[in-house]
Amino acid sequence: MTRLVNGLLLAALLLAVVWSFRFLDLEFANLASADGLSQMAEYARGFLSPDFSPAHLAAIGRGALETLAMSALGTLLAALLGLALALPASGRYGALALHASRLVLNALRAIPELVWAALMVLAAGLGPNAGTLALALHTAGVLGRLFAEALENTPSEPADAVRLAGGGRVAAFCYGTLPGVWPQLVAYSLYRWENNIRMASVLGFVGAGGLGQMLYISLSLFQEAQAATLILAMLLLVLGVDALSGWVRQRWVSQ
Amino acid sequence: MNTVPRDPAALPRLLLTLLALALLWPGLSLSELDLTALFRPDNASVMGGFLAGFWPPAHDASFLQLLWQATLETLAIATAGMCLALLIAMPCALLASRALSLSALPRGGRPAWWAQALRWPVRGLLIVLRSVPEIVWALLFVRAVGLGPTAGVLAIAITYSGMLGKVYAEIFESVDPRPTRALLGAGSGRLAAFAYGVLPNAASEMLSYTVYRWECAVRASVVMGFVGAGGLGQQIDLSLRMFAGGEVASMLLTFLVLVLLADRLSRLLRERYT
Repeated sequence: MTRLVNGLLLAALLLAVVWSFRFLDLEFANLASADGLSQMAEYARGFLSPDFSPAHLAAIGRGALETLAMSALGTLLAALLGLALALPASGRYGALALHASRLVLNALRAIPELVWAALMVLAAGLGPNAGTLALALHTAGVLGRLFAEALENTPSEPADAVRLAGGGRVAAFCYGTLPGVWPQLVAYSLYRWENNIRMASVLGFVGAGGLGQMLYISLSLFQEAQAATLILAMLLLVLGVDALSGWVRQRWVSQ
Repeated sequence: MNTVPRDPAALPRLLLTLLALALLWPGLSLSELDLTALFRPDNASVMGGFLAGFWPPAHDASFLQLLWQATLETLAIATAGMCLALLIAMPCALLASRALSLSALPRGGRPAWWAQALRWPVRGLLIVLRSVPEIVWALLFVRAVGLGPTAGVLAIAITYSGMLGKVYAEIFESVDPRPTRALLGAGSGRLAAFAYGVLPNAASEMLSYTVYRWECAVRASVVMGFVGAGGLGQQIDLSLRMFAGGEVASMLLTFLVLVLLADRLSRLLRERYT
């Protein structure tokens, strides 16, 4: 019986693949023709001579700094907003606040960064400001949920002890709860920052600043040489962040 | 006698905070962060009108027809892209993996240096394929082959073949090497050794990762629509530009349901076959 069901599922998967290709009606025949291939080769040749002029490199450096700043500030804002939402979401202010804040967190998280960026470009105008806000909103949803779980799992005895000794709620949170969860909060935020650097470099495609916006503009103007340098810069940024975070993790986390 | 206990870690904390602030300060001007921009009267009125249109979500018959087509297109882009990615990833993984190395046989699993050097070009190719984000590939292909789903399929095929190829190669290396070594030592060909020595042990893990990646591809194909690569994303982008709040609302809802269903389906498949 299970074999039959498994076989049927497999057949359905194959059918789905065949149907996808038929539905999309891809123009691979056109692409693979001599004319299409020569056009592609012509287009690709433009990327083979990247523009390394000092002026362009300086612009790229500025774009990369803008990308880094967007991701850093976006993550910082997200951590603050996420913590503000995680407090009710960990059940400190009753069931109603818990469900309401969880709903908000889920909604923030479910919408991808790029969609938030498109919305924020409408709400706050073109430029890196919109990208920072978009990163902050999506990441707040992700971090808020992780923070809420961390707060729920931390032992409550230290905070109770401060309360019993006559401390206020704020003091109990700052000296009883926070020291226990702080390393986790920092680790989550740094991890999301790493993701956000990668994301910030492409948010510009919808007009939200950074390297992505430069790439979008130079591709729109058919400046393939400049675009090639930008893609190289993005590649370096991604690989650099990967290497750095791997090193940091080995050095400080996995001990 | 000083009775008030002082926080012993106060000074390092203060210094760290000051350092972080000093590093973030230039970032504030670079990122042009300005929360008040959201509440400026002209921006707020535009956004207010747009958000007011969110309810009720658009639901007339012709729009629903369009939405259905766009959703199907998104699913088809993800499926076709994954299929092409598999076709590229399998040979690359076979070339990049150490699991089928002949020179490793008499050396206890460590290939000769020249054999490793020959694997590096393929590994480098896989790194480049997966390190450029899929949306950059999509943008490049939109310029090369025009607006529409073809660009999305090619972008997914390229990025995901890099990811699948790397992970497959690692899975091949992580399974028990003894069946493969026995087959290779007995003189079987490499493909036969792969099919009978590696694949039976690696198949379930490969399937589970592939299905997970398909789920990611559904999400990615929505996002790639924003640069014109077809599917639901392209329709969301068009409706955003026309400030049609109701249409955006129902498309975002569709997107959420689609992601939820893809998640359920991939969990079902993983439970069945692994």
